[in-house]
Amino acid sequence: MSRLMSEEGIRIDGRRWNELRPVKIEVGVLKNADGSSYIEFGKNKIVVAVYGPKEVHPKHMALPDRSVLRCRYHMLPFSVEERKNPAPSRREIEISKITREALEPALILEDYPRTVIDVFIEVLQSDGGSRCAGITAASVALADAGINMRDLVAACAAGKVGGRIVLDINDEEDKMGEADMPVAYLPNLKQISLLQLDGKLTADEYRECLNLAISGCMQVYNMQREALMKKYFSTADKGGEDEEE
Amino acid sequence: MIAKRYVLPGDLIVEGNPHLKPLANVIKVGDRLHSTRIGIVEISQNGVKVIPLSGIYIPRVGDLVIGKIIDYSALAWEVDINSCFLGHLPAQDVFGKEFSPGRDDLTKRFNIGDVIACRILNFDRTRDPLLTVADKDLGKISEGEIVKISPTKVPRLIGKRGSMIQMIEQLTRCRILVGQNGVLIVTGTNKDAMHVAVKAIRMIEEGAHTANLTERVKEMLHGVQVGR
Repeated sequence: MSRLMSEEGIRIDGRRWNELRPVKIEVGVLKNADGSSYIEFGKNKIVVAVYGPKEVHPKHMALPDRSVLRCRYHMLPFSVEERKNPAPSRREIEISKITREALEPALILEDYPRTVIDVFIEVLQSDGGSRCAGITAASVALADAGINMRDLVAACAAGKVGGRIVLDINDEEDKMGEADMPVAYLPNLKQISLLQLDGKLTADEYRECLNLAISGCMQVYNMQREALMKKYFSTADKGGEDEEE
Repeated sequence: MIAKRYVLPGDLIVEGNPHLKPLANVIKVGDRLHSTRIGIVEISQNGVKVIPLSGIYIPRVGDLVIGKIIDYSALAWEVDINSCFLGHLPAQDVFGKEFSPGRDDLTKRFNIGDVIACRILNFDRTRDPLLTVADKDLGKISEGEIVKISPTKVPRLIGKRGSMIQMIEQLTRCRILVGQNGVLIVTGTNKDAMHVAVKAIRMIEEGAHTANLTERVKEMLHGVQVGR
Protein backbone atom coordinates (compact mmCIF):
# COMPACT_ATOMS: atom_id res chain seq x y z
CA MET A 1 0.00 0.00 0.00
CA SER A 2 2.90 2.32 0.67
CA ARG A 3 3.58 2.30 -3.06
CA LEU A 4 0.35 4.20 -3.69
CA MET A 5 0.74 6.71 -0.88
CA SER A 6 4.04 8.13 0.38
CA GLU A 7 4.76 9.01 4.00
CA GLU A 8 4.14 12.67 3.23
CA GLY A 9 0.72 11.84 1.80
CA ILE A 10 1.73 12.23 -1.85
CA ARG A 11 0.01 9.86 -4.26
CA ILE A 12 1.54 7.79 -7.03
CA ASP A 13 1.02 10.53 -9.64
CA GLY A 14 2.18 13.31 -7.33
CA ARG A 15 -1.20 14.57 -6.20
CA ARG A 16 -2.37 15.25 -2.67
CA TRP A 17 -5.44 13.47 -1.24
CA ASN A 18 -7.88 16.23 -2.25
CA GLU A 19 -6.60 17.09 -5.71
CA LEU A 20 -8.21 16.33 -9.07
CA ARG A 21 -6.23 15.29 -12.10
CA PRO A 22 -5.88 18.03 -14.74
CA VAL A 23 -9.19 18.44 -16.58
CA LYS A 24 -9.84 20.02 -19.96
CA ILE A 25 -13.31 20.31 -21.51
CA GLU A 26 -14.13 21.51 -25.01
CA VAL A 27 -17.62 22.10 -26.40
CA GLY A 28 -18.89 21.69 -29.94
CA VAL A 29 -16.00 19.68 -31.37
CA LEU A 30 -18.09 17.74 -33.91
CA LYS A 31 -19.85 19.57 -36.70
CA ASN A 32 -22.26 16.83 -37.71
CA ALA A 33 -23.65 16.12 -34.24
CA ASP A 34 -26.38 18.27 -32.68
CA GLY A 35 -24.23 18.63 -29.59
CA SER A 36 -20.74 17.43 -28.74
CA SER A 37 -17.89 17.72 -26.31
CA TYR A 38 -14.38 16.48 -25.68
CA ILE A 39 -12.94 15.86 -22.26
CA GLU A 40 -9.47 15.12 -20.98
CA PHE A 41 -9.61 13.92 -17.41
CA GLY A 42 -6.12 12.89 -16.39
CA LYS A 43 -5.14 10.40 -19.08
CA ASN A 44 -8.76 9.84 -20.12
CA LYS A 45 -9.60 11.21 -23.56
CA ILE A 46 -13.28 10.99 -24.41
CA VAL A 47 -15.44 12.36 -27.22
CA VAL A 48 -19.20 12.62 -26.75
CA ALA A 49 -21.74 13.20 -29.51
CA VAL A 50 -25.44 13.90 -28.95
CA TYR A 51 -28.08 13.50 -31.65
CA GLY A 52 -31.65 14.55 -31.25
CA PRO A 53 -34.34 14.86 -30.20
CA LYS A 54 -35.22 13.06 -33.40
CA GLU A 55 -37.76 10.57 -34.67
CA VAL A 56 -37.60 7.09 -33.21
CA HIS A 57 -36.75 4.13 -35.38
CA PRO A 58 -38.09 1.47 -34.94
CA LYS A 59 -41.30 3.35 -34.22
CA HIS A 60 -42.60 0.95 -31.57
CA MET A 61 -39.80 2.06 -29.26
CA ALA A 62 -41.27 5.55 -28.99
CA LEU A 63 -42.96 6.57 -25.76
CA PRO A 64 -46.17 8.62 -26.04
CA ASP A 65 -45.41 10.92 -23.10
CA ARG A 66 -41.68 11.47 -23.18
CA SER A 67 -38.47 11.11 -25.09
CA VAL A 68 -36.33 7.98 -25.00
CA LEU A 69 -32.74 8.48 -23.89
CA ARG A 70 -30.25 6.06 -25.40
CA CYS A 71 -26.66 6.03 -24.20
CA ARG A 72 -23.72 4.13 -25.58
CA TYR A 73 -20.45 4.04 -23.70
CA HIS A 74 -17.81 2.50 -25.91
CA MET A 75 -14.07 2.02 -25.65
CA LEU A 76 -12.11 2.08 -28.86
CA PRO A 77 -9.78 -0.87 -29.49
CA PHE A 78 -6.70 1.31 -28.98
CA SER A 79 -7.95 2.99 -25.79
CA VAL A 80 -6.23 0.47 -23.52
CA GLU A 81 -2.79 -1.15 -23.45
CA GLU A 82 -3.84 -4.41 -24.99
CA ARG A 83 -6.26 -4.25 -27.91
CA LYS A 84 -9.85 -4.30 -26.76
CA ASN A 85 -12.43 -6.18 -28.77
CA PRO A 86 -14.69 -3.46 -30.19
CA ALA A 87 -17.86 -5.45 -29.46
CA PRO A 88 -19.76 -4.14 -26.41
CA SER A 89 -18.51 -5.96 -23.32
CA ARG A 90 -20.42 -6.69 -20.13
CA ARG A 91 -18.70 -3.71 -18.51
CA GLU A 92 -19.58 -1.33 -21.32
CA ILE A 93 -23.22 -2.38 -21.28
CA GLU A 94 -23.32 -1.70 -17.55
CA ILE A 95 -21.69 1.71 -17.91
CA SER A 96 -24.08 2.62 -20.73
CA LYS A 97 -26.96 1.84 -18.41
CA ILE A 98 -25.67 3.75 -15.39
CA THR A 99 -24.77 6.71 -17.62
CA ARG A 100 -28.34 6.82 -18.88
CA GLU A 101 -29.67 6.62 -15.35
CA ALA A 102 -27.27 9.33 -14.18
CA LEU A 103 -28.35 11.72 -16.96
CA GLU A 104 -32.09 11.02 -17.00
CA PRO A 105 -33.01 12.98 -13.84
CA ALA A 106 -31.31 16.07 -15.28
CA LEU A 107 -33.17 16.00 -18.60
CA ILE A 108 -36.74 17.19 -19.08
CA LEU A 109 -37.67 14.30 -21.35
CA GLU A 110 -41.41 15.09 -21.13
CA ASP A 111 -40.77 18.11 -23.36
CA TYR A 112 -40.05 15.87 -26.35
CA PRO A 113 -42.62 13.07 -26.54
CA ARG A 114 -42.30 10.41 -29.26
CA THR A 115 -38.67 11.24 -29.90
CA VAL A 116 -35.28 9.81 -29.08
CA ILE A 117 -32.07 11.38 -27.83
CA ASP A 118 -28.89 9.47 -28.64
CA VAL A 119 -25.73 9.94 -26.61
CA PHE A 120 -22.52 8.36 -27.89
CA ILE A 121 -19.55 8.28 -25.53
CA GLU A 122 -16.36 7.13 -27.23
CA VAL A 123 -13.31 6.56 -25.08
CA LEU A 124 -10.18 7.30 -27.13
CA GLN A 125 -7.79 6.70 -24.26
CA SER A 126 -8.73 5.27 -20.93
CA ASP A 127 -7.54 5.85 -17.39
CA GLY A 128 -9.36 5.27 -14.12
CA GLY A 129 -12.67 7.07 -13.74
CA SER A 130 -13.73 7.06 -17.37
CA ARG A 131 -17.40 6.61 -16.46
CA CYS A 132 -17.35 9.84 -14.47
CA ALA A 133 -15.54 11.67 -17.24
CA GLY A 134 -18.04 10.25 -19.74
CA ILE A 135 -21.04 11.46 -17.74
CA THR A 136 -19.46 14.89 -17.25
CA ALA A 137 -18.79 15.26 -20.97
CA ALA A 138 -22.21 13.86 -21.94
CA SER A 139 -24.00 16.44 -19.82
CA VAL A 140 -22.03 19.24 -21.49
CA ALA A 141 -22.83 17.82 -24.93
CA LEU A 142 -26.54 17.61 -24.05
CA ALA A 143 -26.51 21.27 -23.01
CA ASP A 144 -24.72 22.09 -26.29
CA ALA A 145 -27.46 20.24 -28.19
CA GLY A 146 -30.01 22.59 -26.59
CA ILE A 147 -32.05 19.96 -24.81
CA ASN A 148 -34.10 21.21 -21.86
CA MET A 149 -32.30 20.29 -18.66
CA ARG A 150 -33.10 20.80 -15.00
CA ASP A 151 -29.40 20.93 -14.23
CA LEU A 152 -26.01 19.87 -15.51
CA VAL A 153 -24.55 16.61 -14.23
CA ALA A 154 -21.02 16.61 -12.86
CA ALA A 155 -19.35 13.36 -11.91
CA CYS A 156 -16.26 12.53 -9.93
CA ALA A 157 -14.98 9.57 -7.95
CA ALA A 158 -13.46 9.29 -4.52
CA GLY A 159 -12.05 6.24 -2.80
CA LYS A 160 -9.67 4.75 -0.30
CA VAL A 161 -6.00 4.32 -1.13
CA GLY A 162 -3.27 3.33 1.30
CA GLY A 163 -5.69 3.67 4.19
CA ARG A 164 -6.71 7.22 3.30
CA ILE A 165 -9.82 8.66 1.67
CA VAL A 166 -8.70 10.39 -1.53
CA LEU A 167 -10.35 12.28 -4.39
CA ASP A 168 -10.42 11.21 -8.04
CA ILE A 169 -9.01 7.69 -8.23
CA ASN A 170 -6.72 6.99 -11.20
CA ASP A 171 -6.22 3.66 -12.94
CA GLU A 172 -3.50 2.27 -10.64
CA GLU A 173 -5.29 3.40 -7.50
CA ASP A 174 -8.47 1.82 -8.81
CA LYS A 175 -6.78 -1.52 -9.42
CA MET A 176 -4.66 -1.67 -6.27
CA GLY A 177 -6.50 0.60 -3.85
CA GLU A 178 -9.08 -0.44 -1.30
CA ALA A 179 -12.21 1.32 -2.54
CA ASP A 180 -13.54 3.29 -5.52
CA MET A 181 -16.76 5.30 -5.37
CA PRO A 182 -18.00 7.11 -8.52
CA VAL A 183 -20.62 9.77 -7.85
CA ALA A 184 -22.68 11.86 -10.28
CA TYR A 185 -24.23 15.00 -8.85
CA LEU A 186 -26.75 17.65 -9.91
CA PRO A 187 -25.08 20.72 -8.38
CA ASN A 188 -28.00 23.18 -8.34
CA LEU A 189 -30.66 20.71 -7.30
CA LYS A 190 -28.25 19.02 -4.87
CA GLN A 191 -29.23 15.54 -5.99
CA ILE A 192 -27.12 12.45 -6.48
CA SER A 193 -27.86 10.55 -9.69
CA LEU A 194 -25.12 7.92 -9.54
CA LEU A 195 -23.53 6.24 -6.57
CA GLN A 196 -21.50 3.09 -6.93
CA LEU A 197 -19.01 1.57 -4.53
CA ASP A 198 -16.40 -1.04 -5.27
CA GLY A 199 -14.49 -2.06 -2.12
CA LYS A 200 -15.00 -1.83 1.60
CA LEU A 201 -15.53 1.29 3.72
CA THR A 202 -16.72 1.80 7.29
CA ALA A 203 -19.81 3.97 7.81
CA ASP A 204 -17.64 6.97 8.75
CA GLU A 205 -15.31 6.44 5.83
CA TYR A 206 -18.30 6.15 3.54
CA ARG A 207 -19.65 9.54 4.66
CA GLU A 208 -16.26 11.17 4.30
CA CYS A 209 -15.78 9.61 0.89
CA LEU A 210 -19.21 10.74 -0.36
CA ASN A 211 -18.65 14.31 0.81
CA LEU A 212 -15.24 14.37 -0.83
CA ALA A 213 -16.68 13.02 -4.10
CA ILE A 214 -19.38 15.72 -4.04
CA SER A 215 -16.76 18.42 -3.49
CA GLY A 216 -14.94 16.96 -6.51
CA CYS A 217 -18.17 17.12 -8.51
CA MET A 218 -18.48 20.81 -7.65
CA GLN A 219 -14.96 21.43 -8.99
CA VAL A 220 -15.83 19.52 -12.15
CA TYR A 221 -19.07 21.51 -12.42
CA ASN A 222 -17.13 24.78 -12.44
CA MET A 223 -15.01 23.47 -15.32
CA GLN A 224 -18.14 22.45 -17.23
CA ARG A 225 -19.53 25.96 -16.75
CA GLU A 226 -16.31 27.54 -17.87
CA ALA A 227 -16.21 25.41 -21.03
CA LEU A 228 -19.83 26.21 -21.96
CA MET A 229 -19.42 29.91 -21.17
CA LYS A 230 -16.31 30.03 -23.34
CA LYS A 231 -18.07 28.44 -26.30
CA TYR A 232 -21.26 30.50 -26.12
CA PHE A 233 -20.41 33.83 -24.54
CA SER A 234 -16.72 34.58 -25.04
CA THR A 235 -17.39 36.66 -28.17
CA ALA A 236 -20.40 38.40 -26.68
CA ASP A 237 -19.76 42.02 -25.84
CA LYS A 238 -21.82 42.86 -22.84
CA GLY A 239 -24.24 45.75 -22.79
CA GLY A 240 -24.61 45.91 -26.56
CA GLU A 241 -27.93 46.30 -28.28
CA ASP A 242 -29.77 43.14 -29.07
CA GLU A 243 -32.29 43.61 -31.79
CA GLU A 244 -34.55 40.68 -31.88
CA GLU A 245 -37.78 40.19 -33.67
CA MET B 1 -35.42 45.02 -18.16
CA ILE B 2 -32.41 44.18 -16.01
CA ALA B 3 -28.98 43.93 -17.63
CA LYS B 4 -28.32 40.99 -19.93
CA ARG B 5 -27.50 37.79 -18.14
CA TYR B 6 -26.07 34.63 -19.62
CA VAL B 7 -27.25 31.36 -18.14
CA LEU B 8 -26.58 27.64 -18.47
CA PRO B 9 -28.98 24.78 -17.71
CA GLY B 10 -29.72 24.62 -13.98
CA ASP B 11 -28.60 28.19 -13.23
CA LEU B 12 -30.62 30.04 -10.63
CA ILE B 13 -32.30 33.10 -12.14
CA VAL B 14 -34.44 34.47 -9.30
CA GLU B 15 -35.28 33.29 -5.83
CA GLY B 16 -38.29 34.06 -3.66
CA ASN B 17 -40.24 36.34 -5.97
CA PRO B 18 -43.78 34.93 -6.23
CA HIS B 19 -44.83 37.53 -8.84
CA LEU B 20 -42.51 36.23 -11.54
CA LYS B 21 -43.84 33.31 -13.53
CA PRO B 22 -41.66 30.80 -15.36
CA LEU B 23 -42.10 31.29 -19.11
CA ALA B 24 -40.13 29.70 -21.97
CA ASN B 25 -37.15 27.56 -20.94
CA VAL B 26 -37.52 28.28 -17.24
CA ILE B 27 -38.60 25.85 -14.51
CA LYS B 28 -39.78 26.45 -10.98
CA VAL B 29 -38.22 24.45 -8.14
CA GLY B 30 -39.73 25.49 -4.81
CA ASP B 31 -39.56 29.30 -4.86
CA ARG B 32 -36.60 29.38 -7.22
CA LEU B 33 -36.58 29.84 -10.98
CA HIS B 34 -33.93 27.92 -12.90
CA SER B 35 -32.93 28.07 -16.56
CA THR B 36 -33.19 24.91 -18.65
CA ARG B 37 -31.09 26.07 -21.60
CA ILE B 38 -27.94 27.92 -22.55
CA GLY B 39 -29.20 31.40 -23.27
CA ILE B 40 -29.95 34.97 -22.32
CA VAL B 41 -32.37 35.84 -19.51
CA GLU B 42 -35.23 38.19 -20.18
CA ILE B 43 -37.25 39.39 -17.20
CA SER B 44 -40.49 41.25 -17.89
CA GLN B 45 -43.67 41.97 -15.96
CA ASN B 46 -45.22 38.73 -17.12
CA GLY B 47 -42.39 36.52 -15.96
CA VAL B 48 -38.97 35.22 -16.76
CA LYS B 49 -37.86 33.63 -19.99
CA VAL B 50 -34.60 32.44 -21.48
CA ILE B 51 -33.82 33.04 -25.14
CA PRO B 52 -31.95 29.87 -26.10
CA LEU B 53 -28.70 29.92 -28.09
CA SER B 54 -28.76 26.30 -29.21
CA GLY B 55 -31.29 23.64 -29.98
CA ILE B 56 -33.53 22.19 -32.62
CA TYR B 57 -36.79 23.59 -33.95
CA ILE B 58 -39.95 22.81 -31.97
CA PRO B 59 -43.05 23.76 -34.00
CA ARG B 60 -45.36 26.54 -32.79
CA VAL B 61 -48.84 27.25 -34.11
CA GLY B 62 -48.77 30.00 -36.71
CA ASP B 63 -45.10 29.63 -37.67
CA LEU B 64 -44.13 29.87 -41.31
CA VAL B 65 -41.83 26.98 -42.10
CA ILE B 66 -40.11 25.67 -45.20
CA GLY B 67 -40.26 21.94 -45.61
CA LYS B 68 -39.55 19.15 -48.01
CA ILE B 69 -42.05 16.50 -49.08
CA ILE B 70 -40.60 13.16 -48.12
CA ASP B 71 -43.57 10.84 -48.51
CA TYR B 72 -47.26 10.73 -49.31
CA SER B 73 -50.16 8.40 -48.68
CA ALA B 74 -53.64 8.36 -50.26
CA LEU B 75 -54.76 11.16 -47.96
CA ALA B 76 -51.78 13.29 -46.96
CA TRP B 77 -48.18 14.32 -47.50
CA GLU B 78 -45.43 13.90 -44.95
CA VAL B 79 -43.18 16.94 -44.75
CA ASP B 80 -39.71 17.21 -43.27
CA ILE B 81 -39.77 20.53 -41.42
CA ASN B 82 -36.29 20.31 -39.89
CA SER B 83 -37.68 19.24 -36.53
CA CYS B 84 -38.00 16.06 -34.49
CA PHE B 85 -41.63 15.91 -35.61
CA LEU B 86 -42.80 15.28 -39.18
CA GLY B 87 -45.25 17.75 -40.67
CA HIS B 88 -48.60 16.41 -41.81
CA LEU B 89 -50.22 18.11 -44.78
CA PRO B 90 -53.69 16.67 -45.49
CA ALA B 91 -54.72 16.43 -49.15
CA GLN B 92 -57.98 18.21 -48.37
CA ASP B 93 -55.99 21.32 -47.56
CA VAL B 94 -54.79 21.45 -51.18
CA PHE B 95 -57.68 19.91 -53.15
CA GLY B 96 -60.51 21.31 -51.04
CA LYS B 97 -63.52 19.62 -49.47
CA GLU B 98 -64.33 17.72 -52.66
CA PHE B 99 -61.08 15.77 -52.46
CA SER B 100 -61.49 12.12 -53.34
CA PRO B 101 -58.57 9.74 -52.86
CA GLY B 102 -59.74 7.76 -55.89
CA ARG B 103 -59.93 10.67 -58.32
CA ASP B 104 -57.23 13.10 -57.21
CA ASP B 105 -53.58 12.22 -57.56
CA LEU B 106 -51.47 13.78 -54.81
CA THR B 107 -48.31 13.76 -56.91
CA LYS B 108 -49.97 16.18 -59.39
CA ARG B 109 -49.55 18.94 -56.78
CA PHE B 110 -46.53 18.00 -54.69
CA ASN B 111 -44.10 15.21 -55.38
CA ILE B 112 -41.43 13.70 -53.18
CA GLY B 113 -38.50 16.11 -53.04
CA ASP B 114 -40.57 19.25 -53.61
CA VAL B 115 -39.86 22.15 -51.28
CA ILE B 116 -42.89 23.98 -49.91
CA ALA B 117 -43.59 26.99 -47.74
CA CYS B 118 -46.30 26.23 -45.22
CA ARG B 119 -47.77 27.35 -41.96
CA ILE B 120 -48.28 25.33 -38.76
CA LEU B 121 -52.03 25.08 -38.27
CA ASN B 122 -52.11 22.95 -35.15
CA PHE B 123 -49.59 21.33 -32.85
CA ASP B 124 -49.62 20.10 -29.26
CA ARG B 125 -46.69 17.61 -29.14
CA THR B 126 -49.03 14.63 -28.75
CA ARG B 127 -49.55 14.46 -32.50
CA ASP B 128 -47.51 15.51 -35.49
CA PRO B 129 -47.85 19.17 -36.49
CA LEU B 130 -50.66 19.87 -38.93
CA LEU B 131 -49.62 22.06 -41.85
CA THR B 132 -51.48 24.25 -44.30
CA VAL B 133 -50.57 25.83 -47.62
CA ALA B 134 -53.91 27.63 -47.97
CA ASP B 135 -52.71 31.18 -47.70
CA LYS B 136 -51.04 33.66 -49.97
CA ASP B 137 -47.31 33.16 -50.52
CA LEU B 138 -47.55 29.54 -49.37
CA GLY B 139 -47.10 26.45 -51.50
CA LYS B 140 -44.47 25.01 -53.77
CA ILE B 141 -41.15 26.83 -54.11
CA SER B 142 -39.80 26.45 -57.62
CA GLU B 143 -36.54 28.38 -57.50
CA GLY B 144 -33.93 29.79 -55.18
CA GLU B 145 -31.10 28.66 -53.00
CA ILE B 146 -31.79 26.76 -49.81
CA VAL B 147 -29.80 27.95 -46.81
CA LYS B 148 -30.06 26.25 -43.44
CA ILE B 149 -29.23 28.06 -40.22
CA SER B 150 -29.73 27.20 -36.58
CA PRO B 151 -33.43 27.80 -35.74
CA THR B 152 -32.39 29.70 -32.60
CA LYS B 153 -30.75 32.36 -34.77
CA VAL B 154 -33.86 33.12 -36.84
CA PRO B 155 -35.18 35.99 -34.64
CA ARG B 156 -31.77 37.69 -34.89
CA LEU B 157 -31.72 37.32 -38.66
CA ILE B 158 -35.13 38.95 -38.90
CA GLY B 159 -34.19 41.72 -36.47
CA LYS B 160 -36.44 44.23 -34.78
CA ARG B 161 -39.60 44.55 -36.91
CA GLY B 162 -37.72 42.90 -39.76
CA SER B 163 -34.95 45.52 -39.87
CA MET B 164 -32.06 43.12 -40.44
CA ILE B 165 -33.64 41.01 -43.14
CA GLN B 166 -35.00 44.08 -44.95
CA MET B 167 -31.58 45.65 -44.97
CA ILE B 168 -30.03 42.58 -46.58
CA GLU B 169 -32.85 42.37 -49.12
CA GLN B 170 -32.51 46.02 -50.08
CA LEU B 171 -28.74 46.05 -50.33
CA THR B 172 -28.44 42.81 -52.30
CA ARG B 173 -31.71 43.06 -54.24
CA CYS B 174 -32.48 39.48 -53.32
CA ARG B 175 -35.61 38.08 -51.77
CA ILE B 176 -35.16 36.00 -48.64
CA LEU B 177 -37.98 33.79 -47.45
CA VAL B 178 -37.41 32.90 -43.81
CA GLY B 179 -38.86 29.76 -42.28
CA GLN B 180 -39.02 29.78 -38.49
CA ASN B 181 -37.53 26.29 -38.64
CA GLY B 182 -34.19 27.68 -39.80
CA VAL B 183 -34.62 26.97 -43.51
CA LEU B 184 -34.29 29.98 -45.81
CA ILE B 185 -34.84 30.45 -49.52
CA VAL B 186 -32.75 33.10 -51.23
CA THR B 187 -33.94 34.19 -54.66
CA GLY B 188 -32.58 36.83 -56.97
CA THR B 189 -31.58 37.51 -60.55
CA ASN B 190 -27.91 38.07 -59.86
CA LYS B 191 -25.82 35.07 -58.78
CA ASP B 192 -23.15 37.26 -57.14
CA ALA B 193 -25.73 39.20 -55.18
CA MET B 194 -27.25 35.96 -53.92
CA HIS B 195 -23.80 34.85 -52.88
CA VAL B 196 -23.36 38.05 -50.88
CA ALA B 197 -26.77 37.62 -49.25
CA VAL B 198 -25.83 34.10 -48.14
CA LYS B 199 -22.56 35.45 -46.77
CA ALA B 200 -24.46 38.03 -44.72
CA ILE B 201 -26.79 35.33 -43.38
CA ARG B 202 -23.84 33.23 -42.30
CA MET B 203 -22.29 36.25 -40.64
CA ILE B 204 -25.43 36.82 -38.60
CA GLU B 205 -25.61 33.16 -37.67
CA GLU B 206 -22.07 33.19 -36.33
CA GLY B 207 -22.32 36.45 -34.47
CA ALA B 208 -25.97 36.30 -33.40
CA HIS B 209 -25.24 37.22 -29.79
CA THR B 210 -22.75 40.02 -30.44
CA ALA B 211 -23.45 43.73 -30.31
CA ASN B 212 -23.51 46.16 -33.26
CA LEU B 213 -24.14 43.29 -35.63
CA THR B 214 -26.44 45.32 -37.85
CA GLU B 215 -23.68 47.89 -38.42
CA ARG B 216 -21.08 45.26 -39.22
CA VAL B 217 -23.35 43.44 -41.66
CA LYS B 218 -24.15 46.77 -43.32
CA GLU B 219 -20.46 47.58 -43.63
CA MET B 220 -19.75 44.19 -45.14
CA LEU B 221 -22.57 44.55 -47.68
CA HIS B 222 -21.45 48.07 -48.66
CA GLY B 223 -17.83 46.92 -48.88
CA VAL B 224 -18.74 44.18 -51.33
CA GLN B 225 -20.77 46.53 -53.49
CA VAL B 226 -17.95 49.08 -53.68
CA GLY B 227 -15.51 46.35 -54.62
CA ARG B 228 -17.65 45.06 -57.44
